[in-house]
Amino acid sequence: MAALDRPVVKPRPIYLNVLAIRQPLPAIVSILHRVSGALLFLLGIPLVLWGVHMSIASPDAFAQFKQIVGHPFSKLLMLALAWAYIHHLLAGVRHLALDLHVGVDLAPARRSSAIVLVLSLLLTVIVAVRLW
Amino acid sequence: MVSDVSYEAASAHYGWRDWLSQRVTAVVMLLYTLLVFAIVIWNGGLDYSVWKSVFANHAFRLATFLFMIALAFHAWVGVRNILMDYIKPAGWRLSLQTIVICVLIGYMGWTIEVLWGAL
Repeated sequence: MAALDRPVVKPRPIYLNVLAIRQPLPAIVSILHRVSGALLFLLGIPLVLWGVHMSIASPDAFAQFKQIVGHPFSKLLMLALAWAYIHHLLAGVRHLALDLHVGVDLAPARRSSAIVLVLSLLLTVIVAVRLW
Repeated sequence: MVSDVSYEAASAHYGWRDWLSQRVTAVVMLLYTLLVFAIVIWNGGLDYSVWKSVFANHAFRLATFLFMIALAFHAWVGVRNILMDYIKPAGWRLSLQTIVICVLIGYMGWTIEVLWGAL
């Protein structure tokens, strides 16, 4: 019983430096789910509302809108938001699958998180090609 | 059953409801996303007249409104969770949550203006 009272000391790193910890793929997908969600709330919603509002107002406003979104900076911003939307959506679908007990085991869960990461980047590249 | 009593006292019971609503709203937004994607593909891109006629359609406006309601609830649960995780002082957290609610209500007002305002 005495053994339980004594803490077992092993030479383990006790710091929790986020940058020093090598995160598993599902953890990366998870934190990006959060980051992309925050990005969509802060920038995505107001910018899309502004864009739709302006673009359906009149033919002139539509032309002006096209000019604004044609600017390289706008395109970069739209690309970032497109990635955020795509990643958030795919990570969400993965989440729904996990809720239905699909792919819960370690190996499939790792594989699906890799698919989410890669597929969202691929689709973002397609968006980039369409934008430029 | 002491443990049951303490559980009752400690739980606000909104956990499972938010869990469910987060998924229902996600599915609503997923379906709307597919709808918009299909409309864009169907029309082979969007010039002004097509864009205008899409938004002139009453069913599409209602679908967009439904999407925005789902989005507002979804964003509330998500952003609130972020604030609960990272903002420890209760006063700051409550203030930020209040701002988020106001912003979301503002987004909904803006949505109604876009959909039914000047058209």
